[in-house]
Amino acid sequence: MEPLVTFCLRMGDTTLILGQQTAAWCGHAPVLEEDIAFANMGLDLIGQTQLWYEIAAQTEGKGRTPDDLAFFRTERQFLNAQLVERPNTDFAHALMRQYLFDAWHLPMQEALCDSGHEAIRDLAQKSVKEVRYHIDRSRDLIVRLGDGSDESRAKMQAALDALWPYAADLMATDEVEAALADQGVLPGLDRVRRAFDAETAATLDRATLTIPENGHARTGGRTGIHTETMGYILAEMQSVPRTFPDARW
Amino acid sequence: MIAMRPDTDTVRDWLGEVPDPEIPAISVVDLGIVRDVAWENDTLVVDVTPTYAGCPATLVIALDIETALRERGIDKIDVRRKMSPAWSTDWISAEGRQKLLDYGIAPPQLNAANCAGMLSAQTAACPQCGSENTEAIAARGSTPCKAQFRCRDCREPFDYFKAI
Repeated sequence: MEPLVTFCLRMGDTTLILGQQTAAWCGHAPVLEEDIAFANMGLDLIGQTQLWYEIAAQTEGKGRTPDDLAFFRTERQFLNAQLVERPNTDFAHALMRQYLFDAWHLPMQEALCDSGHEAIRDLAQKSVKEVRYHIDRSRDLIVRLGDGSDESRAKMQAALDALWPYAADLMATDEVEAALADQGVLPGLDRVRRAFDAETAATLDRATLTIPENGHARTGGRTGIHTETMGYILAEMQSVPRTFPDARW
Repeated sequence: MIAMRPDTDTVRDWLGEVPDPEIPAISVVDLGIVRDVAWENDTLVVDVTPTYAGCPATLVIALDIETALRERGIDKIDVRRKMSPAWSTDWISAEGRQKLLDYGIAPPQLNAANCAGMLSAQTAACPQCGSENTEAIAARGSTPCKAQFRCRDCREPFDYFKAI
């Protein structure tokens, strides 16, 4: 696969799976405002997915549509970071997953605003404005619940301990990113890592949470290796289009 | 019979009557999402920019525009999505801002670039009593583009159209 197509799928699959996971909170979040917030943010992410898949499909030139990419690929063909497929264990996990994602997503979109690829630059300049609102919310809630009651702090710390190893997968790179960096499509990747480290260090400190020290990192999602939750997510997400492949409404 | 080709200002006036599907108090022109109207031979091309990447109203807006123009007798219409430059709430017209206010939605602060992404940097006057003594309740409202506020004076909750 062309590096550009692989990269667009890595980005689009990550926003799609998180959008799907986030949408599952609709009707289940602890308060109405957060229920609406998660659902609306899921919409932003799925909208961004559409844009990534359009670039992927156009570059690939095989006549596939964004819907084909979302609904007719199998687990090993999905290239999302493992972090976003981690389960909706509780509100603390969902929020921490969102925050760690946002802490990477914002500097990534900022870097892509300078991309040499026109469609990617347009996408980033649009998305970055939405992503700023995403981290504004998740950062605020991480601090409020981390530096909150004993119970909320314990839940946030448990979520951080469980999810931190997966954050590495967001920043995992290989020859695909290297090739795109050389072409000027993907500028400033080193800045993304530094921005993530600075953002998480400052915010988690304010939230009185402790970053796990063992440094254990899980990667592989970007090459199609997923955790045990992924199959269930796809089964649910893809069931209707796979049952009625040509249905229109 | 000669095909009717109304000038683009007339078409813009017509589009000024097409309501936004989620906030019907304002039109798609008030919202600033109609970026260009032009004739390409006998096809009327309308460039529309999405507000948010995932705004579910985007498809409905394209359909509403096409339907409105068809009712005016234009049969070759091409509604194109224009991504760049990205839409900003600064493009909402002065008339649109007034209509939002009359409808009970506090319009976005101007110069979005200064505060976009930070709700804490934005203030909204209460659309009911005009008081500036208001507070944010939640960063998201009935649609992704709005936040929920409350007036500390008249105690009414209201939507604020976030600057972006």
